[in-house]
Amino acid sequence: MKNQYLKNVSTLKLKSDQCTGCGRCLEVCPHNVFRIEAKKSVVIDKDRCMECGACVKNCPFNAIEVKPGVGCAYAIIMGWLTGTEPSCDCSDNSGGGCC
Amino acid sequence: MQITTRELKIIQTSTQLTFNDIVGSWKARWGINRMNFKVEPGLYSVGKPDNNSPVLVTGNYKMSFDILRKELHGLDAWILVLDTKGINVWCAAGKGTFGTKELVNRIAIVQLEKVVSHKTVILPQLGAPGISAHEVTKFSGFKVVYGPVRAKDVKEFLKAGLEASVEMRTVRFSVYDRLVLTPVDLVATFKVSLMIFGILFLLNLLGFGPFGFIDFYAYMGAVLVGCVLTPVLLPWIPGRAFAWKGWLVGFIWALTVNVFNGWNGWTTVPLYSVLRALGYLLILPSVSAYLAMNFTGSSTFTSSSGVLKEMRIAVPAIIISICLGIVLILVNSFIKL
Repeated sequence: MKNQYLKNVSTLKLKSDQCTGCGRCLEVCPHNVFRIEAKKSVVIDKDRCMECGACVKNCPFNAIEVKPGVGCAYAIIMGWLTGTEPSCDCSDNSGGGCC
Repeated sequence: MQITTRELKIIQTSTQLTFNDIVGSWKARWGINRMNFKVEPGLYSVGKPDNNSPVLVTGNYKMSFDILRKELHGLDAWILVLDTKGINVWCAAGKGTFGTKELVNRIAIVQLEKVVSHKTVILPQLGAPGISAHEVTKFSGFKVVYGPVRAKDVKEFLKAGLEASVEMRTVRFSVYDRLVLTPVDLVATFKVSLMIFGILFLLNLLGFGPFGFIDFYAYMGAVLVGCVLTPVLLPWIPGRAFAWKGWLVGFIWALTVNVFNGWNGWTTVPLYSVLRALGYLLILPSVSAYLAMNFTGSSTFTSSSGVLKEMRIAVPAIIISICLGIVLILVNSFIKL
């Protein structure tokens, strides 16, 4: 059975006019969010996006935008408590399952 | 003028994991020595690689390194280990330690251009959130090819001429994948659990009890529901938000505890009052919901925006519910006084 998360939340944006259809985003996306149609990349299922940012970093033409962040509740709570940006940094304590 | 040349440092490694390697991985899964399970960054060789052999890049979390080299049996290859501070590739990429800068620097430190004649490095696909492939090429001259998500597909990927299928490119999160992640979360709750038991013990001493075996297994059950059962059953539990899924299974658990202890219609005198039964219904599902919500950090498909959205509702609801539950149970103790 497929794992599905909340709908209509991802901040992924693809600027079609800047896309050259090189296909790098298809190569790096871990959830098959993109497809090449008519020599341009298109988002086929935005709800599968986990905002990891791989496509943004690897797009040589800056055609993709996403609000980067960690999808980890523990990191967000620690961010709230310490007043810092949430980060995957649970290395110093035992809490949290991430990283 | 004198030109000094640095010596090439290559560490020979094997594709066979020793007993100690396996025990080390097992310990890390249970949170023992997990943050110090590292290998030295640098260039490693498996088999008898030459200047045409592929260069595979990974992080210096020993579990990542071991999983990769285990899959290279019968191959001659180079492994370039980046300094990711002992963190796995995907998480390190998210933090940026498995990043463009570290890769470019590490290529220079090990003098990769003297070791291989080709100009290609193969990265695990999940390293991509930290790497700008075009920038790596600009600064190092090496071309980045993203390999498969899983190390077990590396051999096939090399055989196919550095082509990864859609299947190799997709992250999965099977029952087994989820199960192996649960011990770390479970172990992480021990400290808080001991504190809670300590407080209940003190309340007993002060005469606000009695808190006993029922409270112990009711709470431990809620922890297991949140840390293990919900993650394992994840896609089969209705709904999408993790906190909701945990709450739902936790609610079933709380009902079970109450029914088992006499709140069922056929037992004439239940083992505890209605206030306590309601207290359980408010507290236990909330504990499970909180722990299940934290599994978002272990999952492979939750977005930051999504987690934030569910937390805006779940966190206040959990706090209010637990506080109400505690008040009901304490009021129940006072009435008995």
